[in-house]
Amino acid sequence: MAFIEYALHGRVANEEKPLEYQDPEQSIKILGFWIFLATDMLLFGCLFATYLVLRTHTDGGLTAKQLFDVPGFATETFLLLTSSFTGGLATLAMRNRNKSAVLAWIAVTVLLGLGFLGFEVSEFAANVARGATMQRSAFLSAFYTLVGTHGLHVSIGIGWMIVTWIQIARKGITRVTARKLFVVNLYWHFLDVVWVFIFTVVYLSGVVM
Amino acid sequence: MPVWLTHFTTTYLMWNEGPMIWGSDVLILLTMLGIVVTLTRLRRWKWLWREWLTTVDHKKIGIMYLLAALIMMFRGGVDALLLRTQLAVPGNHFLSAEHYDQIFTTHGTIMILFMAMPFIFALFNIVVPLQIGARDVAFPYLNAISFWLFFFGAMLFNISFVFGGSPDAGWVSYPPLSELGFDFGPGENYYLLALQISGIGSIATGINFLVTIFKMRAPGMKLMRMPLFSWSVVAASVVIIFAFPALAIALALLTLDRVAGTHFFTILHGGDPMMFVNLFWVWGHPEVYIVILPAFGVYSEVVATFARKRVFGYSSMVLSLMLISVISYFVWAHHFFTMGAGAGVNTFFAIASMLVAIPTGVKVFNWLFTMFRGRIRLTLPMLWTIAFVPCFTIGGATGVMLAAAPADYQYHNSYFLIAHFHQVLIGGVVFGMLAGMYYWWPKVFGFMLDVRLGKIAFWLFNIGFYVCFMPQYALGFMGMQRRMYTYPTDMGWGTLNFISTIGAYIMGLGFLFIVIQVLYSIKHGERDLTGDPWDARTLEWSLPSPAPHYNFAVIPTVTERDMWWELKERKETDRLKLKSDMITPIHMPKNSGRPFLMGVSFFIAGFGLVFEWIPIAVLGLIGILLSLLFRAFEYGDEHTIPADEIRETEAALGRL
Repeated sequence: MAFIEYALHGRVANEEKPLEYQDPEQSIKILGFWIFLATDMLLFGCLFATYLVLRTHTDGGLTAKQLFDVPGFATETFLLLTSSFTGGLATLAMRNRNKSAVLAWIAVTVLLGLGFLGFEVSEFAANVARGATMQRSAFLSAFYTLVGTHGLHVSIGIGWMIVTWIQIARKGITRVTARKLFVVNLYWHFLDVVWVFIFTVVYLSGVVM
Repeated sequence: MPVWLTHFTTTYLMWNEGPMIWGSDVLILLTMLGIVVTLTRLRRWKWLWREWLTTVDHKKIGIMYLLAALIMMFRGGVDALLLRTQLAVPGNHFLSAEHYDQIFTTHGTIMILFMAMPFIFALFNIVVPLQIGARDVAFPYLNAISFWLFFFGAMLFNISFVFGGSPDAGWVSYPPLSELGFDFGPGENYYLLALQISGIGSIATGINFLVTIFKMRAPGMKLMRMPLFSWSVVAASVVIIFAFPALAIALALLTLDRVAGTHFFTILHGGDPMMFVNLFWVWGHPEVYIVILPAFGVYSEVVATFARKRVFGYSSMVLSLMLISVISYFVWAHHFFTMGAGAGVNTFFAIASMLVAIPTGVKVFNWLFTMFRGRIRLTLPMLWTIAFVPCFTIGGATGVMLAAAPADYQYHNSYFLIAHFHQVLIGGVVFGMLAGMYYWWPKVFGFMLDVRLGKIAFWLFNIGFYVCFMPQYALGFMGMQRRMYTYPTDMGWGTLNFISTIGAYIMGLGFLFIVIQVLYSIKHGERDLTGDPWDARTLEWSLPSPAPHYNFAVIPTVTERDMWWELKERKETDRLKLKSDMITPIHMPKNSGRPFLMGVSFFIAGFGLVFEWIPIAVLGLIGILLSLLFRAFEYGDEHTIPADEIRETEAALGRL
C-alpha cells in the first residue's frame, strides 16, 4: 500500500509475478535501479576508454606484461564469479521463501567477496612494493583507477549485502526485503560483468599483448 | 593582528586583494544576517524546516529550484557585467587579469550548471507529475536528495569567491592548465568537487523523471497522448543518463591528478590532456541539448495554448526530440576541430553537427505552422516564444557555419563563437525557461505576474540581447579571441565592444524588471481562482492553482491528446468533476530531513577535499554513509491522508 500504488491506478499486487515484483512500488524501484546500472555501466565505459588510451603510456615503468600475476587475477576471477553464482542462489532461495537458505547464501557471497577484495588488495600492495604506484605512469594511474573503482564498488556491495542480511534476519522475506535482496544481487551481478571485461581487456590482453 | 590571523585572512579570505572581496564579504554577511533576523522575528525557523528543508513534494522542490536558478542567474549576470565592463574600452584595467580569468570561469560554470540546469529541473518538478496525472515523482525521497546535492554543490562553488579563490581555468577547465603544476590554488578543486556533487544529483533526477514518465502516467495516457513538454523531459532525461557519467569520470580523474598525484592528463609520465577534452565534451555537447530540449517542450505547450490550436505535426515533434537526443552523442569533436584529429574525424563530426539542424528545423517550422491562422494572444509566455524563433534561427545558422570544419579554423574560439552560443543558449534556453516560468507561474503560486512590467522586461532584455551580441559576431571576424583580458586601441575593436557592453547593461536592466515584476505581483498580482487562467490544453490546468499537495484527489482517465482542451470544447468538463464517494484515502510520502543533511554532509566532504583537510572530508563521508544506512533501515516512509480530509480540502477549493 503506497502512494505509488494509487498513482499506478489500482494496479494492485500481482500474485503471479515473482515476489520482488508483486508490489508495484517495489517493482518501480527495480526499474529505477536498472537505469542506475546503465549510468554505472557508462561510468565504467569511460574508465575503460581511458585505460585503453593510456595502456601503453608506461613512461619506462613497469608494463602490463611485467606487472600482472596470472595466478593472482585468476583466483580473483574465480572468487568473484563464484560469488555471483551464490548470490543467484540467494535470490532463488528467496523465491522459495526459504529464509535460512537466503541468509546462508548471502553470507557465503559476502565471504567470497571479501576473499576477492583480500586478493586484490594484496595484488595492489605487491605492485606498489615493486615500485608500480599509481603516480608512476599514466598506464598505472588508469589501471589502479579502473580496477580500484571496481574494487570500491565491490566493497560497497559487501556493506550493502550485510545491511540486507540484517534486514532479512529481522523481518523475514517480505515483498520489501525480497526487492532489496533482488536489487543488491543485480548490483552484484553487474559488478561481475564489469569484472569479466576487466579480466579480458585489462588482464588477459595485458599478459598476451 | 597576530601572525596566524594575518596568514588566515590573506590565504583564505584574500583580504589583501582589495575592495571587491571586502564588498562581497560585507554583502554576504548582511544577506545572511538579514535572513537570520527575518526568520527569527517572524518565527519562521520551524516553518522553514517543516515546509521546505524536509519536503519531498515535487511542487515545493520545483519552487526551490526556481528560486535558486533565479539567484544564480543574478550571480552569473553580475559576472557577465563585470566582464563586459572590463572589455568596454581598450587597454582597460578595471579588473586584474587574475580576476578576469576567475570571473569568466564562474560566469560560464554558473550559467550552465547552476542556472540552466536548476531552471529546467524546476520545470520538470513543477510540471511533469501534474501533466501526466501523477501524485508525485517515482522516487520523491531521491528527488529531494537531487535538489540538495545541486544546492550544496552550488554553495560550494559560490563560496570559492570569498574563501580561497575562484577557479580560473575556464568553464571547460582543460588540462594541463587546470593541473596542479599551473593552477595550484583551491579554486580548481572547488570547481571539480562542486560539479561532481551537483552532477550526482542530476543523474538521479534523470533516472527519476524517466521512471516517472514511463510508469506513472494516468490511465489512458498512452505515450503518444502525452503533452510535448513531458516528451521533452523524456528526451532530456535520456541524454542526462547517458552523458553525465562521462562528466563524473572527467572530473574524478582530474581530481585524482590534482589530489593523488596521478598522471591522466599531465604532460609528464605519459598523461594525455586530450583524453580530458574528449571526456568533457562527450558530456558537454549533450549537456547543451539537455538544457535546450525542455525549452523546446515549453515552446510547444505555449504555442498551442496561445494560438488556440493543436500543435502542428505532433508525431514529428516527438520524433525530432528523440533524434536530437541521439545525434547529440555524435557531435562532440566539433568543439576541437583545430586540435588535429585529422580530416576523416573532422568530416564525420562536421556532418553530424549539421544534421542537428534538420530535426531542429522541423520543430521551428511546426511552431510556425501552429501559429499560422491561429488566434494568437500576445501574453508574456507567447512573447518570449515568438522572440525565440528568429533569435534561435540566427543562432542555429551561425552554428551550421561553425560546424563546417575548414571554416571553423577561422572562427574557432573567436567572438563569433561566443556570439553563436550565447544566441542559442539565451535565445533558446533562457527565453524558453522564462516563457515556461511565466506560463506555469499561476499554477505554482496561484497569482499572475504583472503584464506591464513583464513587457518592459521583455523588450529591454531582447533589445539588449541584440545590441550585446550582434557586434560580437563582427568582432570575431575582426580577430578578437575569447577570454581576452584586454586589447590595444589600434585593433579597432573599441567601438563594437563598447556597444556590446551597453547591450549587456540593458539586459541586466531587463533582469531587474523581472525581479521587480515578481515582487510587485506578489502583492498586486491578479489571483488565479479558475485554475486555468490561460484557457490551456493539458491536465495540469484542470486542477486548482496552486494544486493541493496530493495533486489529483481522483486520478483522471485520459482518452485523448490535449484532454482538458477537448473536454472544454465539447463542454464535457464534468467528466473530471469529483463526486464525494469517489474519494478514497491517499498515501503520500513522508517528509524527511535526511536529504538535507545528506546535502550538508556532501558539502562538508567536498569542502574538506578542496583544501585536502582530510579529517573534515572524512567527517562528511561519515555523514553521507550514516544517511544511507538510516535510509536502508527505514520502513513505512508514507502517511495516509484520510478521505474526509481530502473531501474538506476539495470542498474548500469549491470543487466538491
